[in-house]
Amino acid sequence: MKHIRETRIAASAAGLSLLAGTAGAQTLDETINATFASATGWFVNFIFAPFPGTSFPWIVAWLVVAASVFTLYFGFIQFRVIRHSIQLVKGDFSDPNDAGEVSHFQALATALSGTVGLGNIAGVAVAVGIGGPGATFWMILAGLLGMASKFTECTLGVKYRNEYEDGTVSGGPMYYITKGFAERGKPGGKVLAALFAVFCILGSFGGGNMFQANQAHQQLSGVLGEYPGWITGVVFAIIVFIVIVGGIKSIAQVTEKVVPFMAILYCGTALIIILMNIGNIGWAFGQIFAGAFTDMGIAGGAVGALIQGFKRAAFSNEAGVGSAAIAHSAVRTKEPITEGFVSLLEPFIDTVVICTMTALVIIFTQQLIVDPETGRYVMDEATGRIATIDGNSGVGLTSAAFASAFSWFPYLLVIAVVLFAFSTMISWSYYGLKAWTYLFGEGKTQELIFKLLFCFFVIVGAAASLGPVIDFSDAAIFAMAVVNIIGLYVLMPIVKREVESYLGRLRSGEIRKFA
Amino acid sequence: MANIYVAGYDGSTAGRRAVDYAVARAEAAGAELLVAHVLEWSPYSFLTPEEIAERHKRRTEELKRAESAVTGPLAADLSGRGVKISTEIRYGHVAETLCEIAKEHGALQIFIGRTGHSTVVERLFGSVAGTLAQIAPVPCTIVP
Repeated sequence: MKHIRETRIAASAAGLSLLAGTAGAQTLDETINATFASATGWFVNFIFAPFPGTSFPWIVAWLVVAASVFTLYFGFIQFRVIRHSIQLVKGDFSDPNDAGEVSHFQALATALSGTVGLGNIAGVAVAVGIGGPGATFWMILAGLLGMASKFTECTLGVKYRNEYEDGTVSGGPMYYITKGFAERGKPGGKVLAALFAVFCILGSFGGGNMFQANQAHQQLSGVLGEYPGWITGVVFAIIVFIVIVGGIKSIAQVTEKVVPFMAILYCGTALIIILMNIGNIGWAFGQIFAGAFTDMGIAGGAVGALIQGFKRAAFSNEAGVGSAAIAHSAVRTKEPITEGFVSLLEPFIDTVVICTMTALVIIFTQQLIVDPETGRYVMDEATGRIATIDGNSGVGLTSAAFASAFSWFPYLLVIAVVLFAFSTMISWSYYGLKAWTYLFGEGKTQELIFKLLFCFFVIVGAAASLGPVIDFSDAAIFAMAVVNIIGLYVLMPIVKREVESYLGRLRSGEIRKFA
Repeated sequence: MANIYVAGYDGSTAGRRAVDYAVARAEAAGAELLVAHVLEWSPYSFLTPEEIAERHKRRTEELKRAESAVTGPLAADLSGRGVKISTEIRYGHVAETLCEIAKEHGALQIFIGRTGHSTVVERLFGSVAGTLAQIAPVPCTIVP
C-alpha cells in the first residue's frame, strides 16, 4: 500500500511540473496535439494509403476480403451454427464438473465489454457523419462477414494458448502464429508474432486507450462546460493506475457488472426513439439503401459510404484484429472450436445490433441536413463532413440525436461513455500487457513499465484533438489486422479440420447436451 | 441402496448445528451422511480479462482451501461417530446444487442450517434455507 501511495504522489508531481513548464504561448493541449500529430503522421499515411488512382484504402479491402474468404472457406459458418452458438453460451453443452471454470458466457461477455464501447457510440456517428446513412448498410454487411474472421481467430486462440504450471493461461495471435506456423512447417512465425505484438501494444495505446479517453473527455466537457483535456486525462489515468498497478480489482469488477446493463439500457432507449419516429421508417431505409449504392452528395459518393461503413465496423467489432482471441483463449473447453462458435456472436451483437441502433437513431431523428431541393446531403466544407443540425460530430452527434427525443439522455450517455471507455481501457491494458510480456518476458518490472506508459497515454489521448487520435487509433488497430490475417490465412486449414471433426461428431450424437 | 442424508455445510456455526443434527438423525436411522460444501458460483457473472486468465488457478486454490479449511476438519472431527460420512465440494448456486446432489445420490433428506437473522437482502432475494425449502425434491430440515 505504501508503495502505491508513493508512486501516486510521484505521478501527480510529474503532472504538475509538466503543467508549469508549458504555460507559454501554446496551451498544454495544443502542444500535446501538435507533437502527437507530427509523430504519428507517417504511420497513419502508410496504413490508410489508397490503391493507386483511387480513394479506396488498401487496408479496408484487406479486412473485407479476409472476412469474405473466411465466410466462403468455412461455408457461411456464421449462419450455419448460430443456433448451436447460443446453446453453447447458455451452457447446454458445458460439463457440470467444470463449474467454477470460465464459462463460454463469461468469455463472451468479457470480450464484448472490450469491444462494445465508444466505437458503437462515437465511431458510428463518425461513419454516418462522413459517409451518410449508406454507411450503415456497409457496416452491417461488414459485421456479418466479420463473424467468420472472429470465429477463425478465437478458435486458434484457444487451440494454441500457453498453459502455465500455476494454472494461468496466455493466448492470442502471438501464440497461435508462432506455434501454428511451426506445426505447419512454415517459416516466419516468430517474426510475424513479434510484429503483431508491437502493433498490439500500439493499438492498446491508441484505440484501446487514447480514443476512449478523448471521447470521454468530449462527453464530460459537453455536460460540465469546456475545460482542458489533460484534467480528464489525469483523473482517468489515476483511476486506471489504481486498477492496473494498484491491483484494486473492485473498480474493474463494478464496471464489468454495470457495462452490460448500460448496453441494454442504451439499446432499449434507441429502440424507443426508433419507435417514436416509426413514421420515418420507409424514408430512413430508403436513405440507407440509396446511400449505399448511389451518390447522395457525401465525400466519395457510394464508395465513400462503403469505406466509412467498413472502417467503423472493423474498428468497433475488431474482427480480424486478433484482440478478442486474447480474451477468449482462457475458456476451459476440450473443443477449441466451441469458443470460435461463441465468439462469432460478438460482431453480431456489437455491430449488427448495437452499432446499427446508433446509426438508426441518428438517421431517424434527422440529424443530418438534407438539401430539400436536390435531396442530397449538405456538406460542411470546412470539416469534410455532412452538415448536422447543431454542427455536432462524433459522440456529440449521437448525444444530440438521443437528446432530440429525451432531453435527459446526454447525462446518461456521459455515464455510459465514461464506463464503456473505462472498461475498454481495462480490457486493452490487458491485451497490450500480454503483447508486452510476449516481447519482453514475464516479470514485475516489465509489467510496471507497460502499465505506467499506458497511464501516460490516457492523458495524451484526453488532451489531443479527435482527428489525430482517431487516425492513429485506427492505424494501430488495423496494423494488428495486417499481421493477424496473414496468420489466419496460413492456419485456416487447421480450423477447417476442427470444424469438420466437431460438426461430424455433433451430428452423429457423440457430442451431446449435458442438460 | 443405503439410506443417504445430505447436509449442507458452509463452515459456519449454523452449518455445524445442521451437520450435528443430521449426524444424530442418520445415526438413529442407520443412514449414511453426505456433507456437501457448495462454493457460490454463477457461469453468468462478469469477470475482468485478468480474472479470466487466472480463473483455473484460482479454482484450484479455492478447492484446496475448501478441502483443508472446511470439509477436511469436519470429516476428521466426525470420524469417531458411528455414521459413515463422506464429503463433496462443488461450485454452483447453493440451494440448486444441494438439490442436484440429493437427486444424484437418491438422498432421502436434506439438512441445512440457518443464521436466524433476516437481513434486508435476504428479505428481498430469499436465503439459501428459504429457497431450499421451496425447491427441495426431498423433505428438507432447516435447523435453527
